[in-house]
Parts: sequence; C-alpha cells; structure tokens
Amino acid sequence: MDSQVFCQTLKARGLRFFAGVPDSTLGRTYTAIAEDPEIRYVPAVREDVALGVASACYFTGSLGGVLMQNSGIGNVINPLTSFNLLYKVPALLVVGWRGVGGEPNDAPEHWIMGAKTAEMLDLLGVPYEVLDGEDAETKLDRLLAAIEELSIPGVLLVQPEVLE
Amino acid sequence: MRAIETIMSAVGTDDLVLSTTGMISREVFATADRPGNFYMLGSMGLLSSFGLGLAAMVPGRRVFVLEGDGSALMSLGTLPLIAVESPSNLVHVILDNEAYESTGGQPSISAEVSLADIGRSCGYRRVAEVSDAEGIGAAMAECADGGGPYLIVVKCSIAPVEGIPRVSLSPVEIRDRFKACLGGR
Repeated sequence: MDSQVFCQTLKARGLRFFAGVPDSTLGRTYTAIAEDPEIRYVPAVREDVALGVASACYFTGSLGGVLMQNSGIGNVINPLTSFNLLYKVPALLVVGWRGVGGEPNDAPEHWIMGAKTAEMLDLLGVPYEVLDGEDAETKLDRLLAAIEELSIPGVLLVQPEVLE
Repeated sequence: MRAIETIMSAVGTDDLVLSTTGMISREVFATADRPGNFYMLGSMGLLSSFGLGLAAMVPGRRVFVLEGDGSALMSLGTLPLIAVESPSNLVHVILDNEAYESTGGQPSISAEVSLADIGRSCGYRRVAEVSDAEGIGAAMAECADGGGPYLIVVKCSIAPVEGIPRVSLSPVEIRDRFKACLGGR
C-alpha cells in the first residue's frame, strides 16, 4: 500500500493529530504524516510520551494517533494499564512489526519482541489488526470500530514491506 | 508553606489543572476539587506529555501540570519536547521536595541537580524557582499572560498531610467530568 494513500485513509477517518517515534517499517508513512499540513505531528521522545500526547485528543472529541515500533511496546505498558485501559481513553497505535515470527527474521534485537508482539497485546487485552497487504481498509475500519466500542486504544500491526 | 493550596488559589475558573499520581493528586483533590481538575492516579511520569497534548488541543485555556520532582525526572525527555512544541498556554509546575513523598519520603536526586536549570537549558520561555508563598504568588501572576511555556519549580519540604483521603472519584468519573468541562462529546 502506498504511504500517501494510507495517510489519506487515516485522515479520511478523522485522524488529524499524531505523535510518535519513527520506525523504518512504516517507511514513508512517517514522512507523509509529518509533512501533511492538515495533520499535527508531535515528534515524541519516547513511545509512552507519544501515547500521553495523543491521548489528549479524546478529551476534545477526536481520536489521536501514535506511530511507533513494536520494540517500544514495553514503554507503553505502564500508560496503557494505569491510564488508557483504566480511564478508557482511546487512541490508534500504528506499530511497525519488526522481527515477525522471531528468530531468524530481522535483526537479533527484534527476535524476542517480534515473536511476542501479538501475545503481548492479547495479554493486555488490547485489540489489534495485522496489516499484511490484504484488505487494509477493512482491517482499519474493524479496528476503529473496536476502539470506539471499547473506548480503549487499538493497535494496527504493520508488517515489513507492506507500506511503501 | 502550603504550596498546593497557594497554587490552587491562583487558578482561574477556566484553567485546567492536571495533577500527578500519589500525594499531589490527593492533596489537590482534598484542597480544591473542581471539574477542571484531572487526577492522574497512576502512570508516574506520563502527566507532562498528556498536558502537552491537551495544551495543543485547547490553546485558549491555560493548562497547569502539577507534578513532583520524581515524576519530572522520570520523564525528563518531555521537558525539551514541551519547550520545542512551545504551547504558550502551558504552565508546568514541579513541586520539588527532593523526595518520593508518596512512597515514604525516600530521597530523589533533585537535591543535587537543578530542575530549573534543566528547564532553562531546554528552552522554556520563562522559568522561575520559588520557595515561599510570595514567590508562588508572583510566579502564578506572571504566567497569566499566555507567554509560556512556563516552568515553575517550587522548592518545598516533605509535609505529609495526616489522614488525607484518596481521590474518591473513579477513573471513568474523573475522565467524564473533565471531558464535559472541555465541551468534548
């Protein structure tokens, strides 16, 4: 999927505010979002900071987005468990999935989290969809519906080489 | 000096006040509960980033972030981010008692490092370090002009309030009341 198209798809669903930490899996999506004059992008210094910033959107009636890599999931566990899931404050997390399936995929530092990413989200009770190139819009809409229904964050796990 | 009481008495009706986990939220709740208060019951260190996002969302209202030295040190990276994003309506107050008072008063490292100096080097538009009620009053009056982001470091003592209650609102009640105050759907 072309990153510009993906960015427009997010915008068309009302996402106009993102915070994040860049990831190569998300490719040009980062650039498309950061350079879009209709989107405010905050270059957060950590993933938990990005989630804190983006969570503010909910309080004025919109949905905030986070861009990050799955290695940063560890950094968002505390805000998720003692803020977003507790207070029921939603956000859309677009997460680059490095090391899908674990060793030997990707670089060694991604093997363990790469293998555990989906399980980690299951354990936390956070809804997610996997973007692997098929039915991107359907998956995004299903995830956004879950986010709205549960009023908690949801994760779009983006596999490598899906976004160009 | 009762720092929180002095700060809250200078907060205006439309101002939004976010307070961090532990004793600070409990004291704000006990001293001056109001619909424009948001109590972050957990997530130590997260408050300043939430405050930054909120200040961007509601540029017409002052947003006060009240946290401790431990919380500020935990998310030190958020200070330069606030300075770079530069929301003019954000007032970041660090109640610096050089200790983790909520967990029993264990020392933090802020006795040996100046949070005000860190704020200056990050690029906050104005930084004040105060240590008495008069100083707080002057700093609160100065930050009324919307020329922030401001950093006010309040050097204070460990002064646990005996029998201070926990915040009696549920997390979702805190959320809904605050959201209604912002006019959000």
